[in-house]
Amino acid sequence: MNITINGTPRQLTNDGNLSDIVSALGKQPRHVITELNGSIIPSQMRGQTRLKDGDSLEIVTFVGGG
Amino acid sequence: MTDTPLVIAGKPFTSRFLLGTGKFRNKQQLAQTIAASGTQIVTVALRRIDLERHEENILEHIPPHVTLLTNTSGARNAQEAVRIARLAKDSGCGNWVKIEVINDSKYLLPDNQETVKATEILSAEGFVVLPYISPDLYTARALVAAGAATVMPLGSFIGSNQGLKTRELIQVLINEIDVPIVVDAGIGAPSQAAEAMEMGADAVLANTAIATSPNPAALAKAFALAIEAGRQAHLSGLPQQQTSAKASSPLTGFLYDDVRTN
Repeated sequence: MNITINGTPRQLTNDGNLSDIVSALGKQPRHVITELNGSIIPSQMRGQTRLKDGDSLEIVTFVGGG
Repeated sequence: MTDTPLVIAGKPFTSRFLLGTGKFRNKQQLAQTIAASGTQIVTVALRRIDLERHEENILEHIPPHVTLLTNTSGARNAQEAVRIARLAKDSGCGNWVKIEVINDSKYLLPDNQETVKATEILSAEGFVVLPYISPDLYTARALVAAGAATVMPLGSFIGSNQGLKTRELIQVLINEIDVPIVVDAGIGAPSQAAEAMEMGADAVLANTAIATSPNPAALAKAFALAIEAGRQAHLSGLPQQQTSAKASSPLTGFLYDDVRTN
């Protein structure tokens, strides 16, 4: 399955749900925000959200800023 | 003099010092600086996660009593600012947002028109909106009409440490605008922060000057003291400047009276 994560094309063998993908990337699910094809996916919905070929996923988090 | 709390969107704050969290050398230094500053509001930003390496989560270094104010840095128009604000809200870290719309890479000046548009949309959605602007009376009035919780005029260019280059325009906002005025950007020294508070600003936000100091925690403490001193001076009432001398000691009735009457 080919998807785009944060603007970078990636091939995923894992066809799990969004929650699995976040974990597989080594990211703590807490304070990570996910947006799939321009729509925010709330954290409690990640487990039921499956990705498909061609999806565009954004994963953002908090950093220092003024 | 006893002070009343700074109230933003109904929430009282005893500290009038907002701290930006960018550019710190490490998270421990940030945590020490937050503690030394006594701040109760810190700004943070949102970015794409780095897929290749582990990053420490900044939120773990911000104490729970501190209100998080997410900025919309990176937004070039109202639509992008709204998108960033909605993402931040979904994190469950509150709905306070500093609108920052910048479409100029040399001066990093905020786009006031787009900021008003974003404020209208986000206020209507229930966000607490603190917009960052170039100081301008009409923009500030439009922001208040749009539901802004504060107005945050810039003192000088972001990160420039030049202080209150826009002093007279900020004074107009202090005089005319009823929501809190938070002076943001360009504040490079405690004396500049004190000056803003003496003028009657309600609070000051600083980041670069502190984060890039060899000793951020100590400088943050100095800023906090200066902001408190400036606030006390404002509450006490400052005298008008005069163009000629006015003696502060009596000049007559002692020793040289006969010489002076010549």
